[in-house]
Amino acid sequence: MRKYHAPVWNEPIIMEMGHKGERGIAIPVIEEDIQKSTEDSEFYIPNKMIRKSLPNIPEISQPHILRHYLRLSQQTLGMALNIDLGMGTCTMKHSPLINEELVKSPYFTEIHPLQDDSTIQGILEIIYKFSRYICEISGMDEFTFQPGGGALGIFTNACLIRKYHEINNDLPERNEIITTLFSHPADAACPATAGFKIITLYPNSDTGLPDIEALKAAVSKHTAGLMITNPEDTGIFNPMIDEFVKIIHEAGGLCAYDQANSNALFGITRAREAGFDMCHFNIHKAFSSPHGCMGPACGAVGVRKDLTEFLPVPRVTFDGSKYHLDYDRPNSIGKMREFMGNIETILRAYSWIMSMGPDGLRKVAETSIININYLIKKLTNIRGITLAYPKQNIRLDQARFSLKELKDETDVGTDDVARRIVDFGVQEYFTSHHPWVVQEPFLPEPCETYSKEDIDYWVEIIRYVCEEARTNPETVKTAPHSQTIKKINTKPLNDPNQWALTWRAYIKKKRKK
Amino acid sequence: MSKERVNTHPYIPNLVSEVKQEMLRDIGVENIEGLLSTIPKRLRLNRLLDFPDPLLSELDLKKHVSEILSKNKPCTEYLNFLGAGCWQHYVPAVVDEIVHRNEFVTAYAGNTYSDLGKWQAFFEFQSMMGELLEMDAVSLPTFDWGTAASFAIRMASRMNSKKETLVPKIISPERLSIIKNFCNAGSLSGNIEIKLIDYDPKTGLIDLQDLENKLSSNTSSVYIENPSYLGTIESQGDEIARLTHNNGAELIVGIDPISLGLLTPPINYGGDIVCGEIQSLGIHMNYGGGVGGFIATRDDPRYIAEYPTHLVSITDTIDGGFGFGYCTHDRTLYAVREEGKDFTGTTVGLWTIAAAVYMALLGPNCIKEIGQAIIKRSHYAEKMLNEIEGIETLFSPHFFKEFVVNFDNSGKTVNDVNKFLLDHKIFGGKEIVKDFPELGQSSLYCVTEIHSQEDITRLTETLNQAIK
Repeated sequence: MRKYHAPVWNEPIIMEMGHKGERGIAIPVIEEDIQKSTEDSEFYIPNKMIRKSLPNIPEISQPHILRHYLRLSQQTLGMALNIDLGMGTCTMKHSPLINEELVKSPYFTEIHPLQDDSTIQGILEIIYKFSRYICEISGMDEFTFQPGGGALGIFTNACLIRKYHEINNDLPERNEIITTLFSHPADAACPATAGFKIITLYPNSDTGLPDIEALKAAVSKHTAGLMITNPEDTGIFNPMIDEFVKIIHEAGGLCAYDQANSNALFGITRAREAGFDMCHFNIHKAFSSPHGCMGPACGAVGVRKDLTEFLPVPRVTFDGSKYHLDYDRPNSIGKMREFMGNIETILRAYSWIMSMGPDGLRKVAETSIININYLIKKLTNIRGITLAYPKQNIRLDQARFSLKELKDETDVGTDDVARRIVDFGVQEYFTSHHPWVVQEPFLPEPCETYSKEDIDYWVEIIRYVCEEARTNPETVKTAPHSQTIKKINTKPLNDPNQWALTWRAYIKKKRKK
Repeated sequence: MSKERVNTHPYIPNLVSEVKQEMLRDIGVENIEGLLSTIPKRLRLNRLLDFPDPLLSELDLKKHVSEILSKNKPCTEYLNFLGAGCWQHYVPAVVDEIVHRNEFVTAYAGNTYSDLGKWQAFFEFQSMMGELLEMDAVSLPTFDWGTAASFAIRMASRMNSKKETLVPKIISPERLSIIKNFCNAGSLSGNIEIKLIDYDPKTGLIDLQDLENKLSSNTSSVYIENPSYLGTIESQGDEIARLTHNNGAELIVGIDPISLGLLTPPINYGGDIVCGEIQSLGIHMNYGGGVGGFIATRDDPRYIAEYPTHLVSITDTIDGGFGFGYCTHDRTLYAVREEGKDFTGTTVGLWTIAAAVYMALLGPNCIKEIGQAIIKRSHYAEKMLNEIEGIETLFSPHFFKEFVVNFDNSGKTVNDVNKFLLDHKIFGGKEIVKDFPELGQSSLYCVTEIHSQEDITRLTETLNQAIK
């Protein structure tokens, strides 16, 4: 394996940088006429509202600010720099640079969201066309791109379900949302925020799939809907998914398909064929828009024809020659996010789809499926690693593994291994969402971006660390060793006397000590 | 129906036939069909998707998308006076350089070891916001101001177990709609009732009498904005705080942080939870894709426990250095699913970094200077417009960068005026006729540090022609 050490710049916190009197930028001088015809700025502020002293932010000159943040960027292991296939549920795929160039265009960055329709025909065309394509991909009839992230997309679906039952005078009786433990936690948390009670179906310990009998027992006159991921966060496709939908429909509920894990489904299976009423996709995952250190993102929500009246406003329409924004939807749930959402993600996704075409998109799915099953074959040859729910050993986009055997043998667990692999120049892996019903889990997702050599190399790192757990467990437990910093003390993170969310709080608490 | 088959692609290394065959052999299947068996045939789409063939060449792709984008008319070509929650400020080149660094663009959820730089930039954002706000606890931003305000209202409601919030009548209709989606659960559990507080028609200030009438033992929180949606600066903060606190409610204040070089932070007049928009801090408008909402409080465990968003804390390493981690992560959905506080997820990480770089560039002096530049330019514009016969500006003189322009005496509608301006390559202010009918034919103008005297003269002259 190649030698690696992360950049170590030992940068101070910016609050300690600079000198009084330095500055990073200058503001345009106020013209003489403006200066003369206006009062001092304080004149325009009610007395009580005038700030008395300057904020205590640092005074730093421009080269040092640039240097500081360039160094911080170097100390950030972006996907483009590494074999980033460990982050299951995240679909860490190549974000083509041409799309970054397009979103940097002033024809996008310098557009105000409230400009007249006639001056944003380009953006509206992209939104409209992309929504046609994503309708075809999912089988849904209309999309909104307003939700600024996957969780907000899921919350939007919960609000749509709430609105549907409200219009039908079925609230508050229909107050339960059914989800599954291996669906993303937002499928439980977001409908709970919307006011629903949550019923969680646990996985069958043998198959890993939610039990259809448990679903039958859970539905009632209180059922408002089902919010479910498929494949779930195990990579196992639920072959009874259409039956699940049927049971919910018969009980009078709506079904929302969480398609965050859709990378292996493109062109193979769709929400429509499974009978779903609505779905959501993470544009910043399967559709190649970059993750951007956690956003800006988009949870695109699509619905069937009979639910389009509830979608957020405005809708983009096309009259054959011009695009328009339509606000006239009296039953709309209104706004889920200010303005139109993070359309930069849609611009990139449009460009990505145009670079793929229908067959290319299917090849994305097929390649992802081959990659994960190849990875399973290789990883399960390593002592200490087991595939969770091996009864179904074919997975679609990702797979949940367990290091329980390794932990039992060596006392080195999955958190230790995650912290150790970063010493080899790859991003850590995602363990799993809680609760860990699969003990000591990890959840890689080798999407179409990664070559066979990439996967082999990643497997070698895991093999090396598992062996090291036996020969030199302390090295793993005290990892990392070749990273920017050493292992952190996690106790302060939950101690009010020690945590510090700002520099000013840190200084105060340090003084107290 | 597209027919073009893709057997090689710049983004997909494993399409090489021999490699694919070798991998399939290792897996133990003959072809891809052997792996699709887990998806029942009845659920399969047995045709190619129906959309255009690919533009495999990057050059073709660039031409195609650029041609569509070129149909837009950006604010660099037109003179823009639209604001209303997304504002045209200058974005320094250093900010653009940093937010386009591929390390930041493509990073995601890595921990403090492999992504130290990201975590440090986040902590620096929280730290500098903390100084602007004079508050010790600041969270990572959420999707936008509307969500931040909604979360703040829900935090207050969980803290005092009361189910009513008072919100100003002068509020962005979009923001109010978001707050309704978060708070109005209808007859479901957790419903928080929203009541609107009236404003003084002369000044745009909160109507204290109406506030007092609506406050009750049921009031969980009072939410105000400063500057308000219509640009006015609220002067009665301390009185509003007194009334709010006397009723055992929390005072939430929504702000635009670029005003904080001039305006005192809300904690100084009794704000308990402060929220607002970060787009003004060095983020391009991006057709509204540049927004993000922050939340801040005192460093009190009662408040910390109710945040739904991520909170980055500094901590130490085993060798005496520093690192970072999430503070009280167990309150989030990631730890406890539906038992978590509301929800969070992927929000606006890159914009958080942009705002950090921007605040560092401005420093304490420039944040004041930019406030002065904005307030003087906006008041200059207001003065010039006011001199036009038929045009009247409302709520003067206490406003920051946005102000209301009324056309009632001109005999023209805002729509007429804006059409005329558009023909002269000017985006006039946002029409607010439907949202605030009591203000007649009015629109909301935004003037910032980017508007020169020449720009303002051009607006004045064109408006003069428009209402002739």
